[in-house]
Amino acid sequence: MAVAVLRVIKPGMLTTIQDAGRWGFQARGVPVAGPMDPVSHRLANALVGNVREAAALEITLLGPELEFEDERLVAVTGAEFEITLDGKAVRGNAPFVVTAESRLRFGERRRGARAYLAISSGIAVPPMLGSRSTHLVSAMGGAAGRALAAGDRLPLGDPRKVEGAVLAPQPAAVPLPERHARLRVLPGPQRDYFSGDALEVLQSAPYAIGQNSDRMGYRLEGPRLTHARGADIISDATPLGVLQVPASGQPILLMADRQTTGGYPKIATVISADVAVAGQLGPADTISFAVCTPAEAMAALIAQERALMAVEAWRA
Amino acid sequence: MSYRIVTAGDSAVVVEFEERIDPAVNARTIAFAEAVQAANLPGVRDVVPTYRSTAIYFDPLRTDSVALMACIEREAVKPPAAQPAPAAPVRIPVCYGGELGPDLEAVASFARADEDEVVRLHTAATYRVFMLGFVPGFAYLGLVDERIAMARRSTPRVRVPSGSVGIAGVQTGIYPTETPGGWQLIGRTPLKPFDPARAEPFLMKAGDAVQFYPINRGEYDSWQ
Repeated sequence: MAVAVLRVIKPGMLTTIQDAGRWGFQARGVPVAGPMDPVSHRLANALVGNVREAAALEITLLGPELEFEDERLVAVTGAEFEITLDGKAVRGNAPFVVTAESRLRFGERRRGARAYLAISSGIAVPPMLGSRSTHLVSAMGGAAGRALAAGDRLPLGDPRKVEGAVLAPQPAAVPLPERHARLRVLPGPQRDYFSGDALEVLQSAPYAIGQNSDRMGYRLEGPRLTHARGADIISDATPLGVLQVPASGQPILLMADRQTTGGYPKIATVISADVAVAGQLGPADTISFAVCTPAEAMAALIAQERALMAVEAWRA
Repeated sequence: MSYRIVTAGDSAVVVEFEERIDPAVNARTIAFAEAVQAANLPGVRDVVPTYRSTAIYFDPLRTDSVALMACIEREAVKPPAAQPAPAAPVRIPVCYGGELGPDLEAVASFARADEDEVVRLHTAATYRVFMLGFVPGFAYLGLVDERIAMARRSTPRVRVPSGSVGIAGVQTGIYPTETPGGWQLIGRTPLKPFDPARAEPFLMKAGDAVQFYPINRGEYDSWQ
């Protein structure tokens, strides 16, 4: 029998295939991509017994309708949606069994912006430069480099028999923001390109996420940051979560699909533990930034890692 | 050569060399990046050299930060190794002007020269790949002769065809994919700077030497 596929009945607003990202080619200009909320992505894989890098679906704001061809474990994490399997409600953050002809429908979204759907053995589209992650702008990876479309048939990994008990529902891995999030930042890498009070200004009032925001970055609208040495630097690398500030003084928060390099000064960087929270925000949501210490950043990351490892240890 | 280490959040450090666009500084940056890459430290995810700095991305939970900092400090102070014999330049055929190079005329007026002179100046130099960025396989090449170093267009084009060769100040480059872009387009190459189906997907890497040479429209159209 041919390899089992996942059939896309309705694609949702923006559903893409993402693994842990296309690391190792930024020196050649290849963006990392990967999940906007890497923590929920990893939890979804853990719940179905996949390796943490397995390819899963990232579902944005409006969810898809999907049909399965064989028995699989499935889990949905991240944003809270009303989800039904053949008309029966299923819970988020818990694995459930689907069988041939099972239909999974996403309904109303309650909280958060992006859900992750992992399937046991993962989605087996051909990797490109070592990764299955979709990068929309360069049309790379995933389903022919684009978001899912109705009629797509996504190959799945070799099935494993679903045996024994599955994991009980787990706590959400990321606190889902209610249209507002507090994100902690560390100053730099170009703190010295800004006026002396710029970090205070950054923390003085919330920033709104502009409509022109996407997987590359969030264009923020709020207190204007003042450059001290002009708004151009010799182009350098642009890390995940960095706040780059063009001449307008309005920062752009660089997210998963960011370009590898950029020529604007970067005032601060969102700590790794809070990037996942940023990934659960959508247009018009607001962000308060708070400067923290490296020790606080590390403590938050360790706490997040402990929670994920506890689930991964169970291995469905 | 002096350097400083700056952090970018909790999972990247940037090692900055001197703040100028200079082949010697860039060579130092690339050699440093190669040395850090070769050290193969557990937890390091990516090493990205740019004009004058190298970013090191790492997983803070799986990286020995003391070992990483020791590696950075050891490699950053090393004098540049004797330059290896320069590899043969990557040679890029370009069909200049006409519909494939819609801004050649503007660059010629900027240079107060004719189009042939612009082509002569663009093909006379051997360029250095200072870095790649913007989109997969896009190489920032320099330095362009000052006479043809025209600034970007004030309004970027919504769509620049792949293979377009452009100038932006002292930089020149080839668009690997169709994207928006503001560089002055003087011609087009039939080569693909990035082709994931190729055994070596990338035509260029940082530090390479590059030369352009003119081909006519017939040669462009029949290029295999």
